[in-house]
Amino acid sequence: MDEFLRILTQSLAEIIAPTTAAFAIAAIGLNLHFGYTGLLNMGQAGFMLLGAYGFGIATIAGFPFYLALLVALAAGLLFALILGIPTLQLRGDYLAIVTISAAEIIRWIGRSTWLQEWTGGASGLQGRNYKGTFQDLSPLPDGRTVIGPLEYINTGSDSWWTRIFAWGLVALALLFVWLITRSPWGRVLKGIREDEDAVRALGKNVYSYKLQSLMLGGMLGALGGVVYVLPLTIAPDAMGRTMTFFTWTVLLLGGAATVFGPVLGAMVFFGAYMLMRTGMRALAENTGVGDIITTTNVEQIGGMLVGITLMLLVIFRPQGILGNKKELAFDVR
Amino acid sequence: MSADMSAETSAENAPGNGPGTSPEPESVVDAAAAAAVAPTSAVAAEARDDLAQVEPVVGAPKPDAILVADDVVRRFGGMTAVDVTHLEVQRGAITALIGPNGAGKTTFFNLLTGFDTPQSGTWSFEGRSLHGKSGARVAQQGMVRTFQLTKALSRLTVLQNMLLAAPKNPGERFWLSWLPFTWKAHEKAATDKAMELLARFKLDDKAGDFAGSLSGGQRKLLEMARALMTDPTMIMLDEPMAGVNPALVQSLLGHVQALRDEGMTVLFVEHDMHAVRHISDWVVVMAEGRIVAEGPPRAVMQDQAVVDAYLGAHHDTDLGDDSLLDPEILARLEAEEEKR
Amino acid sequence: MTTDRPTRGVVLRRTVAALAIALAPTVLATPPAQASPGADVAAHTHSAADTGTSTSTDIATDCQPDDATACVAVVVLNDAGDRIPDAEVTIAGPGGFEETVTTTAEGPVSVAVPEVGRYAVTIDPATLPEDEPLPAGAATELSVTAQTGGTGRAAFRVGGEAAPTESPTADATTAAPGGDDGADTGTGTTTEGGEVATAPEGDASERAFSWAQVWQQFGSGIRFGLLLALASIGLNLVFGTTGMSNFAHGEQFALGAALGFIAINQMGLSIWVGGLLTIAVCALTGLAQDAAIWRPLRRRGTPVMQLMIVSIGLSITLQYVIQLMIGGGSERILSNNPQPLNILGITLSTASWISMAVALVCLVGFALFLTRTRLGRATRAVSDNPALASATGIDPDKVVRTVWILATAFAALAGLMWGISFGSFNWQLGVQLLLLMFAAVTLGGLGTAFGALVGSILIGLVVELSNLVIQSDLRYASALVILILVLLIRPQGILGRRERIG
Repeated sequence: MDEFLRILTQSLAEIIAPTTAAFAIAAIGLNLHFGYTGLLNMGQAGFMLLGAYGFGIATIAGFPFYLALLVALAAGLLFALILGIPTLQLRGDYLAIVTISAAEIIRWIGRSTWLQEWTGGASGLQGRNYKGTFQDLSPLPDGRTVIGPLEYINTGSDSWWTRIFAWGLVALALLFVWLITRSPWGRVLKGIREDEDAVRALGKNVYSYKLQSLMLGGMLGALGGVVYVLPLTIAPDAMGRTMTFFTWTVLLLGGAATVFGPVLGAMVFFGAYMLMRTGMRALAENTGVGDIITTTNVEQIGGMLVGITLMLLVIFRPQGILGNKKELAFDVR
Repeated sequence: MSADMSAETSAENAPGNGPGTSPEPESVVDAAAAAAVAPTSAVAAEARDDLAQVEPVVGAPKPDAILVADDVVRRFGGMTAVDVTHLEVQRGAITALIGPNGAGKTTFFNLLTGFDTPQSGTWSFEGRSLHGKSGARVAQQGMVRTFQLTKALSRLTVLQNMLLAAPKNPGERFWLSWLPFTWKAHEKAATDKAMELLARFKLDDKAGDFAGSLSGGQRKLLEMARALMTDPTMIMLDEPMAGVNPALVQSLLGHVQALRDEGMTVLFVEHDMHAVRHISDWVVVMAEGRIVAEGPPRAVMQDQAVVDAYLGAHHDTDLGDDSLLDPEILARLEAEEEKR
Repeated sequence: MTTDRPTRGVVLRRTVAALAIALAPTVLATPPAQASPGADVAAHTHSAADTGTSTSTDIATDCQPDDATACVAVVVLNDAGDRIPDAEVTIAGPGGFEETVTTTAEGPVSVAVPEVGRYAVTIDPATLPEDEPLPAGAATELSVTAQTGGTGRAAFRVGGEAAPTESPTADATTAAPGGDDGADTGTGTTTEGGEVATAPEGDASERAFSWAQVWQQFGSGIRFGLLLALASIGLNLVFGTTGMSNFAHGEQFALGAALGFIAINQMGLSIWVGGLLTIAVCALTGLAQDAAIWRPLRRRGTPVMQLMIVSIGLSITLQYVIQLMIGGGSERILSNNPQPLNILGITLSTASWISMAVALVCLVGFALFLTRTRLGRATRAVSDNPALASATGIDPDKVVRTVWILATAFAALAGLMWGISFGSFNWQLGVQLLLLMFAAVTLGGLGTAFGALVGSILIGLVVELSNLVIQSDLRYASALVILILVLLIRPQGILGRRERIG
C-alpha cells in the first residue's frame, strides 16, 4: 500500500514538474505551427536547445536574468527566420526534413569540441553556472515547504520557485496564444492550414503569415527550452529527436488546434509515463514478473509504449483528448 | 452591390429570354446554360456593343481593355505549355477562355493570376504591370480568382471563410491581433457584408457550418461569394461548372451574369463550349498553348476550323479514351485521388 | 598549455570550415566577447585544449590492441573534463577475470583482457576525491565489450549534477579497431547517448593533408554512398508509391544490423546463413507492417501526413525494441579482426569491399527489376500515377506490398553490411542514418528512382571528404548542411523535375 502511494505521489509530482511545464510551453509553440498553421516542424527540440544555450551562455557571460531570457527568445526567432525564409515557399514536407536536420545540426555543433568553450561540448553546461540569476529572483523565504504529499525546497534547482515560475510562464503562453488565435490574424493562419493557395488568392501574404507563425512558435520553443534546463543541466544529447517526438505526442494527445490541449497533453503524458515506469519497476521488484520486466529494461518498455501510444492516438483519435471530432487536426496538403 | 440580382431572378427570367436561335440542347449542361440567360443590363449591353465593333481576329485590340498580355511563354521542360502573343480582355464583359484539354488554359490562368511564373512575357491589369507580382498582390489589385478544384477551407465555418476574404482587416496584423478593440468595428461591418452575400448565394443558413460539410456545388458558390468579399474589379473563374450538379449549373451561370451586370469583368476558363456560348460576350479559343481564335461566341462556334480542329475532335470525350494521357486530366485525377 | 593546442593553421582551417556549416543562431546565441575570463571559463578552455590533443594521444600505453589482444580502458572525468587520479576501478569479465586498476591523471588506464566479451567495470566510490563524488543515481558499474584489435572504454563522470539522460545508454562505448585504414582511432566519445561510435577513420582533420588521404576518403565515401543508396531505395520506393515519408525506415536499417548481430555474433551462425535469415525476417516485418498497419490505413483514406506521424510512432517503438534486443552499448557483428585490403590505393577492410560489391550487384539488380520485369514496371507506373496505374489494371495493393517487402529487405541488407564494414554500431544507428537517407533522396529528387543513388553517393562523399577539413563529430552535420543548401537552390533535387502546375 505504501508502495502504491509512493507511485501515485511520484506521478503527481511529475504532473506539476517544471520539465512537464517546459514540454507544455514547447507544445504550445508547436500547436501554433502545426495545429493552427499546418506547418510540419519536426525540430522543436532544436529551438529548445538553442533557447537553453542562449540563456545559459548569456547568463554565464554575465547577463542579468531577463536579458538572458531575451537572448534565448532572440535565438529561437533567428533560427525560425533562417529555417523559414528558404523553406516556407516549398512543399510542407521539405520544412519537416529541414527542421529535423537543422535541429540535429544544432545538437551536433553543441556537442562537438569545436565550440566547447561556450557549449561545454558533449557534457554540456552545468546548472550551477547559470542558475544563480534565476534563483536570486525568488521571492520565497529560505527553507522547505510541504504541500500535500509533495515536499520541495523553496528556492533552488528542483524547488517550488522553479515550479511557480515554469507554470506561470505556461499560463502566460496560454493567454498569449488564446488572444492571438481568436483574432482575424489567427483566422488567416487557420485558412493557411486548410489551403494556402485559397488564402493567397484572397490577397493575403501567406508566406509572411507562415513566417510569423514559425517565429512565434519557435520563440515559445526556446522559452520551453529555458524552462527545461532550469532544474537540470544543458545537455545537448537530452534535447534531441526524442524530445521533438515527445512534444508531438504531447500535442496530439491533448488535441492540436485547441487552446488547452498542449498543457493537458503534457500533464497526462508525463503523469502516465511516470506512473507506468514506476509501476513497472515496482512490479519487477516485488512480484514474479521480474523475469520479463526487469528494472533495467523498464526504460525501454516505457519508450516502446510511448511509440505505440503515438501510433494508436494518430490512428484512432487524431483529434486528441480535447479536439472536436469534426475539426480533425489533419488534412492533406 | 444589389441583392435583388439574385439567383432566382435570373433563373426565373431565363426561359423567356433564351436565345431562340440556339440549337436543340445537346446535353444537360447545355440545357441549363440555355435556361440561365439573364436579361442584359445597360452595362453589359455597352460592353457588348463595344465588342461588336471589334474584328474577330486573334490579338484584336479592344476599345476598353482591362487586361493586356503580351508574349507570355511558359515551358515545362522541353514542352511549351503556353505561348500567347497578344490578348486583350474587354472591361465589363464576360470573356470565356476555352479549348480542349491540355490547351494550356489553366496554366495561362495561373500565370495571369500570379500562381505561376512564365519564362518571358508582360501583362498588365488596369494599366499596371503584374509581371513578377505574387498571387496575393494580384488579388490585392482587384483581380481575384477561384479554382478548378474548389478550395473551401473545410475546417473553418462558412462565415469564417467569408470573413477571411475581407480586405484590410486591421486584426490580421499580428501586432493588433491581441487587442480586439482595434478590429471589432471592422469585423462587424465585414460580417454584415458577408451575411448579405451569403443570402444572395442562398448560403446564409449554412453560415455556422464547417465549409467541409457543403456539397460540391455549394462550395463553388461559397468560393464565388468569398471572392466577392474582396470587392474585385475583375473575377477570374477556373472551370466554375466543373463537377457541379447540373441543377446548380443554372444558378451558377445566373450568378456569373449577375456579376457582369453589376459592372464586374469576368474571365472564365471552361472546357464545355455549350455552357459558354450562352453567357459569354467574347470567346477566346486556346489550343496547344496558343490562342487560335477569338470573337463573339456564335462567330467562333461557326468557325469550322476551330470546331473541327480544337473542339470537335475532343469534345464530349470521357476518360475512357486517349485523353487519359493528357497531363491536365492526369493532374486533375491525381488531385481528386488526393482529396479522397 | 598553448603548445598543446593544434597548430594555428589547423585551427584556422577547422574554424573556417565549421563556420561555413554553422548556422548563424548558434554563433549569435553565443556571445563570446562577453565571456569574462572567470574561473569557469578558464576551466572550459582548459578542457577544450585537453580534448583537442587527447584525441590523438590518449590511446592507452599499457595495452596495445592487436590481432590477438583485446583491451579495456578506464577513465574517470570530472565535469570540467579533467581526469581524476587514484580512483580504484575493478574490471571483471568472462572466465573469472578480475583486475583492479588505479586511474591516473595522465590518461586512461588500460589492461589487456584474456578473452573477447563483455566486461563489467566497477568504480569504488570511496576512492574518489571528497569534493568530486559520483552524482546521485549514477551507476557505479558500466559494461564494455572487448574485441581483439580494439579497446573497450569505460568512462565515469563525477562531480556536478546528474545530466538528464535521453536514453539509458551505458556511459561507455567501444572504440572501433583501427584496422580499417590503418589510422589510429581515438573517437571513443564517452558520453551518454554517444553518437555514432562507428568512426574507424578517426579524426582525419588531425592529420596532414595529402592527396593520398583525399583518395582514401574518396574510397570511404563511395562505400558510405553505396550502402546508403541501398538503404535509401526503400525509403524512396515507399515515398514514390504511397506518398509517405517513412520515419521508421531508419529502424528497419538498424534492425538488419541488430538481428545480424544476434544471428551471427550471438547465435554463432555463419555469416551467409545468418545474413540471409536476418534479411528474411526483416522482409517479413515489412510484409506484416503493410498488412497490419499501412494497408488498413490506406483503405481508410488516411492522409499522408497522418501516416507520417504513425511512422514516427513506429520508429520510436522499434528503436526501443532494438535497444531491448542488443542493449545500449556498441556491438560488433563480426568479432574477429577485419583484414585490410588495398585496391587502387584505397585501404578498406575486406568485408567492406565485399559489402560494396554486394551493394552494387543489388543496385544493378534493382535497376533491372524496375526496367525489365512486369512487376517493376508496374511499380514505376504506380509511382508515376496511381490513378492511371489502377485504371490500366495494375493492382496497387500488390505493388505496394512488394515495395514494402523490398524496402525492408534492402534496408536490412544495408544495415547488416553497414554493421560489418563500419566495425560497430549501436541502437541509435537507425535515426542517425535516417536523416542522411532523407538527405540523399531529397538531394536526388524525391520519388525519382535513380536520384536516390546519385544523392547517396554525393552524401557519402560529402560525409567522408568533409572529414579532411572539419572535426569528425561534425561530419554528418556537413551532409545536412549540403541538403539545406541544395533545397534552397534547387528544391526539386538534382535529378527531379519541377512539378507541372495546372
